[in-house]
Amino acid sequence: MEDDKSGAAYWKANVRLIYISLAIWALASFGFGILLRPLVAGIPIGGTDLGFWFAQQGSILVFLALIFFYAWRMNQLDREFGVDEE
Amino acid sequence: MDQFTLNLLVVGASFALYIGIAIWARAGSTAEFYAASQGVHPVTNGMATAADWMSAASFISMAGLIAFVGYNNSSFLMGWTGGYVLMAMLLAPYLRKFGKFTVPEFVGDRFYSTTARMVAVICLLVISITYVIGQMTGAGVAFSRFLEVDATTGLFIASTVVFCYAVLGGMKGITYTQVAQYCVLIVAYTIPAVFISFQLTGNPIPPLGLFSTHLESGQPLLTTLNEVLDDLGFNAYTAGTSPWLMALFTLSLMIGTAGLPHVIIRFFTVPKVADARWSAGWALVFIALLYLTAPAVGAMARLNIATQFWPEGAEGEAVSLETIQTDPAYNWMLTWQQTGLLGWEDKNNDGRIQFYNAANPRMQAIAEERGWEGNELVTFNQDILVLANPEIANLPGWVIALIAAGGLAAALSTAAGLLLAISSAISHDLIKSVLKPDITEQGELLWARISMAGAIVLATWLGLNPPGFAAQVVALAFGLAAATLFPTLMMGIFSKRVNSVGAIAGMLVGLIVTCLYLFTYLGWFFIPGTNMLAPSPENYLFGIPPSHFGPVGALLNFLVAYLVSLATEEPPQEVQDLVESVRIPRGASAAVDH
Repeated sequence: MEDDKSGAAYWKANVRLIYISLAIWALASFGFGILLRPLVAGIPIGGTDLGFWFAQQGSILVFLALIFFYAWRMNQLDREFGVDEE
Repeated sequence: MDQFTLNLLVVGASFALYIGIAIWARAGSTAEFYAASQGVHPVTNGMATAADWMSAASFISMAGLIAFVGYNNSSFLMGWTGGYVLMAMLLAPYLRKFGKFTVPEFVGDRFYSTTARMVAVICLLVISITYVIGQMTGAGVAFSRFLEVDATTGLFIASTVVFCYAVLGGMKGITYTQVAQYCVLIVAYTIPAVFISFQLTGNPIPPLGLFSTHLESGQPLLTTLNEVLDDLGFNAYTAGTSPWLMALFTLSLMIGTAGLPHVIIRFFTVPKVADARWSAGWALVFIALLYLTAPAVGAMARLNIATQFWPEGAEGEAVSLETIQTDPAYNWMLTWQQTGLLGWEDKNNDGRIQFYNAANPRMQAIAEERGWEGNELVTFNQDILVLANPEIANLPGWVIALIAAGGLAAALSTAAGLLLAISSAISHDLIKSVLKPDITEQGELLWARISMAGAIVLATWLGLNPPGFAAQVVALAFGLAAATLFPTLMMGIFSKRVNSVGAIAGMLVGLIVTCLYLFTYLGWFFIPGTNMLAPSPENYLFGIPPSHFGPVGALLNFLVAYLVSLATEEPPQEVQDLVESVRIPRGASAAVDH
């Protein structure tokens, strides 16, 4: 690799982005969907509570948004740090 | 036209399509056979990945698993989708950049050791072979139900079709047939769900229908369902128990999904690293279409079944035997009774079938009062829920035929992906790298086809003589994927310090401890009666059931690999450079054969 410094900075930015994404990933599924369900139990939705919605639908929608956000942001970072393909 | 002819036509047409695609997309080189020459569009690959991933378990079993347990089994929904987040961020782009053909090949190069590669091959074979048994038996069952052949003949037909397009087309043929199979399976899954959601809630979109108002009772569907189930003595649908165990099981399925080799290799087929990232997103879009529908199907089917048995509600009289025999709305019960998967018995001879939870003390008191002698719906196999759904909702014959084609598409597409993972591990990692390194490209292609054919014969044989433990081996496949391949691949990318000794030690510890934990409670090699401890919560280590063990195995793998690596020397410079290079997209090119 021609530029070790930008490579290291790029990797650091990637790892940071992964940490943020996985925190949201865990909050939606393990958090609101399971362990923190009592916290959102007061919010009613279609005959049940928000925690049930997160467990059966919300978490999947959050996962989708996360993967597309990550792909978009990484492709941006690739260009910023000059490590993109082409 | 009768139902049988209709089934035959729809299934036959779908098979003709798959074989047609295979002839059009046959593979001429090893690059085409193993990775479709890295020329697959990310959306196409996403669709193929969705079909590859969604097996007979997702298509046939999942809605039933959710329907009969309710909220607690949301683990399957979150676990089997959440793994894609891990795969998209921690594995897929870097492995695509590495640009080779198989998962063990990365392990072997990154940990500069043929031993590491062989341990990875063993893990891959155990995971994929256990997984393929379920697909073949699933296909056999679908054949025997819908085409009125016996399960053995059905299995042979399924094997022949897979043989045609997988051996001929390799990854290229499999990719394009999987796209067709995805279309068949998603249409088949969605149409009955739309009808049922519309019937019950007036909303034709099932995921929205689940949280809508139930037309008949005028209150939310889930409230009605909870009440109906409570009247029959079952747990409330939306209630949860033991959240920590549920979280652990979800995590186990997530890590296991991310470590499944037949899914990982799909990301080797796209042209660029950026495409691998997008492709994981598209895969989850196509998977989510089914996974957002499944919980709606589950809840609505559970409500439909309860109201069929108690047409006047639990306070009124149960359905009579005469109605079951004569009313066309109950035809599905007669059809499925013949398969032995559904059964009832009028225990108190009152000419009616009382369906309730006989284990509930409150219901036992009511039963005494009303002269019931136990739950009379004696057999209800959860797997028939999706297959019988169109019949329960009285949908036209072509929808039933479509479900048959969809179930077969789900089983065959996953089987083909698994067979490719198995055959590439044998021809590329075993024969080409160890046994006959000087083999020519044409020779390797021939071996790839021979090992694919061999894998199909083995899978067929295992499908004909299914070891009595088909359900447990799925837990084994996920547990091993979580405990062996996922941590090793991740450390190979995210750590430069983990060396060959560490990785091998980590994988072996993950493999052995996970197997031992499962065998302790489920029997040595799952042979009934050889377990050392009874599979009950008071015997489990920290209360962890064998099916939830994946994250523990993964943690041990990480710890052992890291500590052993720290105690031994750093990986050589060229390996550290390799790690640097997989982290950076620049320079990704077509896979090179070495």
